Amino acid sequence: MAPQTTKAERTSSLRPPAGFSRRDFLRGSSAVAAASALQQQATALAQEAAGVAIVAGETAITLNVNGKDHQVKAEPRTTLLDVLRYQLDLTGAKPVCNDGSSGAATILVDGKPMQANVMLALQAVGKKIQSVESLAGDAVPKAFVECDAQQCGFCTPGFVVAVRAFLNQKPKATEEEIRKGLNGNLCRCGTYANIVHAALLVVKGDA
Amino acid sequence: MADAYFWPTKEKSQAIGTRVKRLDGPEKSNGTAKYTYDINIKNQLIAKALGCPHAHCKITSIDVAPALKVKGVVHAEPLKQSGNEIEWQGELLAVIAAETEAAAREGVAAIKVEYEMLPVFVEEDNLAAAEAAMRTSKGGGKAQTEKEPGDDDDEDEFIEKEIARLLKESAHVVEAEYGIDPITHCCLEPHGSTVAWEGNKLLVHLSTQNVSGTDEGFARDLNITSDDVTVHCDYIGGGFGSKFAPDYWGIAAARISKATGRPVKFMLDRDQELKLGGSRPSGYIKVKLGADKDGVVQVWDSEHWGSAGATNPGGVSHTVVPYVFTPKNYRRLATNIKTNHAQARAWRAPNHPQACAITQTALDDLAMKMGANSLDIFLKNLGTDENPGVSGAKPSVYKAEMEEGARLIGWKELWHPHGKGPAKGSVVEGLGLAIHTWGGGANQSSCLVKIHPDGGVETTCGTQDLGVGTRTVLALVLAECFGLPYESIKVNIGSSKMPVSGPSGGSTTVGGVSESHRRAGQDAFRHLAALVGEKLAVDPATLEAVKGRIQVVGNPDKSVSWKEATSLLGMKPLEVKGEYTRGTASPLSNSQVGGVQMAHVAVDKETGIIKVKKYVAVQDIGLVVAPTQAESQIYGAVIMGIAYSLFEERISDPKTGAFVNCELKDYKLARLGDIGEIVVKFYEPESERSRGVIGLGEPPVISPGAAISNAVCNALGVRVPTLPMTPQRVLAAIEKGARAGG
Repeated sequence: MAPQTTKAERTSSLRPPAGFSRRDFLRGSSAVAAASALQQQATALAQEAAGVAIVAGETAITLNVNGKDHQVKAEPRTTLLDVLRYQLDLTGAKPVCNDGSSGAATILVDGKPMQANVMLALQAVGKKIQSVESLAGDAVPKAFVECDAQQCGFCTPGFVVAVRAFLNQKPKATEEEIRKGLNGNLCRCGTYANIVHAALLVVKGDA
Repeated sequence: MADAYFWPTKEKSQAIGTRVKRLDGPEKSNGTAKYTYDINIKNQLIAKALGCPHAHCKITSIDVAPALKVKGVVHAEPLKQSGNEIEWQGELLAVIAAETEAAAREGVAAIKVEYEMLPVFVEEDNLAAAEAAMRTSKGGGKAQTEKEPGDDDDEDEFIEKEIARLLKESAHVVEAEYGIDPITHCCLEPHGSTVAWEGNKLLVHLSTQNVSGTDEGFARDLNITSDDVTVHCDYIGGGFGSKFAPDYWGIAAARISKATGRPVKFMLDRDQELKLGGSRPSGYIKVKLGADKDGVVQVWDSEHWGSAGATNPGGVSHTVVPYVFTPKNYRRLATNIKTNHAQARAWRAPNHPQACAITQTALDDLAMKMGANSLDIFLKNLGTDENPGVSGAKPSVYKAEMEEGARLIGWKELWHPHGKGPAKGSVVEGLGLAIHTWGGGANQSSCLVKIHPDGGVETTCGTQDLGVGTRTVLALVLAECFGLPYESIKVNIGSSKMPVSGPSGGSTTVGGVSESHRRAGQDAFRHLAALVGEKLAVDPATLEAVKGRIQVVGNPDKSVSWKEATSLLGMKPLEVKGEYTRGTASPLSNSQVGGVQMAHVAVDKETGIIKVKKYVAVQDIGLVVAPTQAESQIYGAVIMGIAYSLFEERISDPKTGAFVNCELKDYKLARLGDIGEIVVKFYEPESERSRGVIGLGEPPVISPGAAISNAVCNALGVRVPTLPMTPQRVLAAIEKGARAGG
């Protein structure tokens, strides 16, 4: 095992050290494709850099969340999760880990499951973002209730989105496929047995 | 009237014991349930703290001023001063409050601290090293022999000789070592709060399992009185025994909020949650046991050790060693080790899972040594109800549960002597079992049940839902009293301004809130029945509430609808207080349950990987109020058990004391693909059901360590002595077994 890095060391990377700028950090990222959707300041900077979006400080951007455009403010370091939770008050996606390993912040980005806590808000510009709140009428949360697939419930929204994304890919998933395919999310209360039941219920079309 | 309160029979029950959907399931599933972390108050600041990078050091200087230069930082304050000794990694040294999480983190990174390093000790499994480092203290013990020492005998000397004699005369002796590493609570919602002041009044959104009992902690530390504090918690993202107090970071949030005049959200970071938010003490044991020719244990002699951290280094209590089984002759000694870890907290069934894992494995090793069937050996050691060989539940309860478990897992068909089963390639299979007990008596609880003249029913109760389905339980209990659908009952819980209910700890919640609500419900019904009796000109004692009507027992023709009945209240709602005092004998609740669990595992001898194929849990909890939610709780306990048996451990670097796997990618928990088939069965014959409600949270999490270890041992024919049974440890045990010619 590598020695433990301290909190201070880890977070210090947030400050641009000498010889490495935030501009470098964003160069070549998906912000390129997103440049047209960036608001005034960012767009101007992007154009100036001839196709490369260069963003510093807080900028106003537009994010399409749950079918609606929202004007939000983001720094280059601002995660999509922070924007969802603090600016849009969409708190279904949860801050559980720093690296996406818990799956608690699972959302859909252009239909694909992503972790909102390891995605920058700027990366999400121009994409269709769906949080768990958009699935309120979906069969998956219904099946979770039907099968009692939640206890404390903190991991549940992330799991609901993950199950939705998985079943979009494999609508006829077997139990074995479900058990193999949903290992990106953690539950501490241990609701897995009922999550398997819930996913199978959705496959059967009974939810 | 002592007989005023009672539960309906199984046949008569309309709501109790029925399968229903969790009342707050939709909110939890669609993301609208608001947890403490989710509460955003206008103009709030976000607080983040610097955790100490060292496990043992002295602060020689601390300067938070540089943080104030960071854009967005509003407040910076040290929590420790120069000269303070820090005894574990992660201890919070200073806190920064800022406009955003990112700014708060940048502020934390700017804090300047200098340390003087001090010697570290974290090797809690190593008794000799702990003794050499002067880190041990007596943890208590007890010895008892059938033969009593004479008046002139030195007691210690007598016991020593007597134990040696009994071991020598035993037909079978097991001498072995076992262990279970420390784990953390790892709540997915970290400990923390979102707080706001209004004048001198403090509102705390606290992630807590103790809604009614944390206000005074805030008041004491902030020099106000409890009436000025409101603690609120609609939903809690996991607690498991670790969230009973405001914690010093909760107090800091309130202090900073006061200083800045703004609401503050202060949640621990993930690594801080694992380092500070709670851990379970480790346990390691050296055992000698002697049994007669039938495999009944006659003498037990053990010394165990472990650590609960730096502050109060009590490990596993000696009182639960050996676990459940009570041999006639025993000597048990506990040694506590002080390590550089934050203090352990109550982890679901304190002491029991560790004690079970390090002692019922020895009983299974006895079966292996004898070439006997483990189930037979466990059965023989139960004794009889008249002459029990076990504590907690009656031997006949464990026996009936063992028979049920054996049937469900196919024990008879699948059993083979240890290490003698067929191999499929490099994969061998095995069976194991363990048994457990827990008190689970009802906690103190008060509630206010209100019946409105228009028929609406609501209850207000200062309890919380830790994930057991408290709201659903309350609704079922009241629905039963009034003959109403459970969804129609409005349940208000989660505030310290509500009638006081006890903390959710020790499997006491469902018992407590069922007590208060059944009492209030029956009293309220009697009040209504008097009015209805007058109207129908019948004896109120002949009335019952069934399917939305109040009727003469068995006679729907003589009845009024629920709404007609409540309209008789006139203009004023009926308010009835329900109250239960902990420890009061009652026909509604009881304590002391027994449970049996069995595991069927497959072990790959080449990779060391263990798979739990099937797991059976048979559990007595008296009367089952909400079977679906109770079942979920057992599934969860078993899955937590699979995690600590196979994957989960806090790994400390022996040189630096650093908690090296304090992020979730490294802290291995069971995932959805790691569980096999889990079968849950309640043992609820009339003899147990008639005892009333008994708590469930703790008991089913106790047995998995021993049950799975015993199954692995049955598969391999060698013991993997320490949990978690990682592939590395499995391979080492196989190699050791091969060297020993096993």
